[in-house]
Amino acid sequence: MIDRDDVLHVARLARLRLSDAEADRMTGELAKILEHVERIGELDLDGVPPTAHVVAVEHELRPDVPGPCLSREAALAQAPATQDGGFLVPSPQAG
Amino acid sequence: MSDVRYEPVIGLEIHVQLSTRTKMFCACPLSFGEPPNTRTCPVCLGLPGTLPVANAEAIHHGLMIGLALGSQLAARSIFHRKNYFYPDLPKGYQISQYDEPLCSGGRLGEVRIHRVHLEEDAAKLTHVGASGRIHGSDASIVDFNRGGTPLAEIVTEPDLRSPEQASEWLRLLRTTLRRLGVSDVNMEEGSLRCDANISIRPTGSDELGTKTELKNMNSFRFIERGIRAEIARQEQLLRAGEPVVQETLHFDPRTEAITSLRSKEEAHDYRYFPEPDLPPVTITEAMLERARAGLPELPLEREQRLASELGLNAESARLLSWRSELGDYFEAALAAGGGVESQPLANWLGELTTRAGGEDPAATGVEPAQLAALAALVSSGAVTQGAARQVLDRMVAAGGGDPAAIVEAEGLGAVGGADELAPIVRAALEANPDVAEKLRDGDMKPIGVIIGHVMRETRGRADGKEVTAIVRAELGLGG
Amino acid sequence: MTAILDLTAAQAAAAIERGDLDPGELFGIYRERAAADELGAWTWVADAAPVAFDVGAPLRGVPLAVKDLFCTEGVPSQAGSRILEGYRPPYTATCVERLQTAGATLLGKTNQDEFAMGSSNENSGFGPVLNPWDRSRVPGGSSGGSAAAVAAGSAPWALGTDTGGSIRQPAALCGIVGLKPTYGTVSRFGMIAFACSLDQAGPLTRDVTDAALLYRHMAGADARDATAVGHPDEIGLPSAERLDGVRLGVPVELAGGEGIEPGVLAAFERSLALARELGATVEEVSLPTADRALSAYYVIAPAECSSNLARFDGVRYGLRVEADDLLTMYTETRHDGFGDEVKRRILIGTYALSSGYYDAYYGRAQRVRTLIARELAAVFERVDAIVTPTSPGVAFELGSKSADPLAMYLNDFFTVPMSLAGVPAISIPCGLADGLPVGLQVAGAAFSENRLLDIAYALEQGLGFDGSPARGGATP
Repeated sequence: MIDRDDVLHVARLARLRLSDAEADRMTGELAKILEHVERIGELDLDGVPPTAHVVAVEHELRPDVPGPCLSREAALAQAPATQDGGFLVPSPQAG
Repeated sequence: MSDVRYEPVIGLEIHVQLSTRTKMFCACPLSFGEPPNTRTCPVCLGLPGTLPVANAEAIHHGLMIGLALGSQLAARSIFHRKNYFYPDLPKGYQISQYDEPLCSGGRLGEVRIHRVHLEEDAAKLTHVGASGRIHGSDASIVDFNRGGTPLAEIVTEPDLRSPEQASEWLRLLRTTLRRLGVSDVNMEEGSLRCDANISIRPTGSDELGTKTELKNMNSFRFIERGIRAEIARQEQLLRAGEPVVQETLHFDPRTEAITSLRSKEEAHDYRYFPEPDLPPVTITEAMLERARAGLPELPLEREQRLASELGLNAESARLLSWRSELGDYFEAALAAGGGVESQPLANWLGELTTRAGGEDPAATGVEPAQLAALAALVSSGAVTQGAARQVLDRMVAAGGGDPAAIVEAEGLGAVGGADELAPIVRAALEANPDVAEKLRDGDMKPIGVIIGHVMRETRGRADGKEVTAIVRAELGLGG
Repeated sequence: MTAILDLTAAQAAAAIERGDLDPGELFGIYRERAAADELGAWTWVADAAPVAFDVGAPLRGVPLAVKDLFCTEGVPSQAGSRILEGYRPPYTATCVERLQTAGATLLGKTNQDEFAMGSSNENSGFGPVLNPWDRSRVPGGSSGGSAAAVAAGSAPWALGTDTGGSIRQPAALCGIVGLKPTYGTVSRFGMIAFACSLDQAGPLTRDVTDAALLYRHMAGADARDATAVGHPDEIGLPSAERLDGVRLGVPVELAGGEGIEPGVLAAFERSLALARELGATVEEVSLPTADRALSAYYVIAPAECSSNLARFDGVRYGLRVEADDLLTMYTETRHDGFGDEVKRRILIGTYALSSGYYDAYYGRAQRVRTLIARELAAVFERVDAIVTPTSPGVAFELGSKSADPLAMYLNDFFTVPMSLAGVPAISIPCGLADGLPVGLQVAGAAFSENRLLDIAYALEQGLGFDGSPARGGATP
């Protein structure tokens, strides 16, 4: 059964802040959903392989031929912050 | 306990940027120092809605690496997503391989290969702000030019036992990859990057100690020094009765300091799962055939051939094979003809390499045929070893040249025969009566003085053995 | 003008081809209606008609509504999320590009549940969509804007996407036709992903012929999507009037009646009776694992979405909440940018993939998926198609299920098995219950679209459903 600490742990993994109220509410909702989901635990799945790709297709590999790039202006056009032709972010190690 | 001796156990993880024309999962050309963010497209920027499609040539390069390392090649290869957040990772996951890598097992020389898999490179993060270093700076700038470059990650078994062995073996791997033509393998430019997994254990023990991971060392020198420093750190901990903690470390080559890279908060859980956007890659017989056909002679094969077929001594065979530029130069010189023998030629190549500061001898401008001609002059007795070194000096200084012409112009031809040498020997004995006296009494120790005198007179063009024989004849001593 | 609005898209294209209809006039009429829309169906409407219409191309310039999550160059493409508010991509989705090449004209972008997660369109970051049949009710989701726009006559037809029922369920609740094609027949390149192994684009249209026509020009392999194989057959326009020799299966596990509203069941049974009248045989079939499909789906889809949505990190596009350190920038941006349902699914998915839980959740769900695909494939050896109600109920009132996520998920009970198996399914209106439309789902084997469309067409002709009350009701 998922508890509040589990919810906060996965929220951290998912880089999602939850307020206290959200964490409380989500814990209840997730527990209910997972209870329903856990019905798959009742099935006998011995020897059943997993399906990752439902339509059996061969991967059509891409020939190694260069295509056009975006202009730097286009690449940076939607960025929240830029500097020196790059995307500006808070330093990963600060704080 | 303090007298316990420890043995290091080292495994390497090598990231090799493949020299394809385009990135791993999109058609952007690879970047070679272009201005930031000019080699990107919606796919490698991770824009919403974009999808990866694997580069056929990267798979081909991966297969060639697998063949060269004697790996088991997968019949079908699957990509996974490795999920974590970092600004240099545009999608929030890296497309990599997990439980079904392209190549499994194998061996290169004395080191077993664990696996080889393909993945995409991260972007470049430049730290800016107060100190310009990671810690304490305010901000970073992301350049996605490098993001998505195809990488092969080669993971060894923990078969290495010393820092020197690790860097030596890495040189062999580098040469192998260079021969395959799958990568520029340039550590300084980051196309070859190496992490080391290091643990130590009491010598003779079969158990493995707790390992640490030393990240991203970007030169052979740093690898040796980094591993050495980490081994010392672990020994110190164990001798003090403290445990080694499994963690990721950074080696600073300037200060020799080793620091932990990950913050404590960061418990990694990569949540690997099969990449739904990429169906499995089936490795067809045609793909294997093409990879096999593309395989050149590999360094270890060359070493074998140079030793057994050309009779080079072990040291020369290894040197010329593990450094392909030397081997290629050597074989070109040999092919130039002139009946030169292999081992002396290899020795002369060593002389030339020394004069090239240990770098590529071709950079001196001396052509392989010219070096072969010089070696032939020595072998035939037309030039002495000493004079030939002077000829080589002149060839290097001039950026190449015909050794015979230099010998001619500089008068460096060998001086030989009693007719020519006897008068010079006599003059030497007369100039050194004390020495002549001792020699006459059968004390041969000071003969070097006479030989030195003759060499000075002939500018090194005389043969030492012949001079000795003439000295004995002149003094009436038995041969 | 009313006469023009009464034309289906195929009829409008034919009229343009004959020279009886000016594509500019057609575009103008719809543009005006879309701009005046009061249902919240649109997130962006073209300012003006394009300079020229490609009347030589098969779709003759007929305007097209496109679900917000399809990337369209220079046009807001926000996937219904505040985290992408104002985002204008530098490229266009393959499937939209194909339709434009075939002569379709972009009329506007339609509202949707945020990142296609929802069955009511109440999860949009840009407000809910109202059902044109009854404005106090939801249009279904996640392609609710597309369904409402077509039903209300502010678009002749629309593009949607279906992950677990997101085309079929809103089509059912709005009284129109919705086709979820075989996975892999339409390129996903440029579709902002919810769950990659399930997402599939498809048409929402007034009738089955329009669905066939639009799908014909959407399907096709794409060098930019390794999972897109296209369709092995040319998609024809359906013409069957009878169902002689057609075998229809009703899954006992799905038709148990539990949770199905009586009016829906009645309309479904009338449809079965009609099918028999048209010559079809109707038999019971068994899909023993189908009732666990929803459970497997609510592991697989959230797991994939938790990874797909990691790219919304405030670095390259979209919302950023400024902070001094990276971790806070990430967590605050994603806290503010995502709505509750998206957060829920990210958390479920992250949990299902996390260390120690993968085998019990994601691993098992993928095996259940195998069973369901096998069971469906086996049934399609015996019958030509499976029929079920599309949704257990008719359109529900706004807010009535938003407090109970699980109750909301149960809307997908009938549609999810086909999504997991990747097989095609179409929803057609099959009558009214309490004055609200009921949908009939017809599902077939992979790549059987032509046969499905024929069956759906024959039923459509026989049912004679009149979708006009909705349009009448929504006329400004």
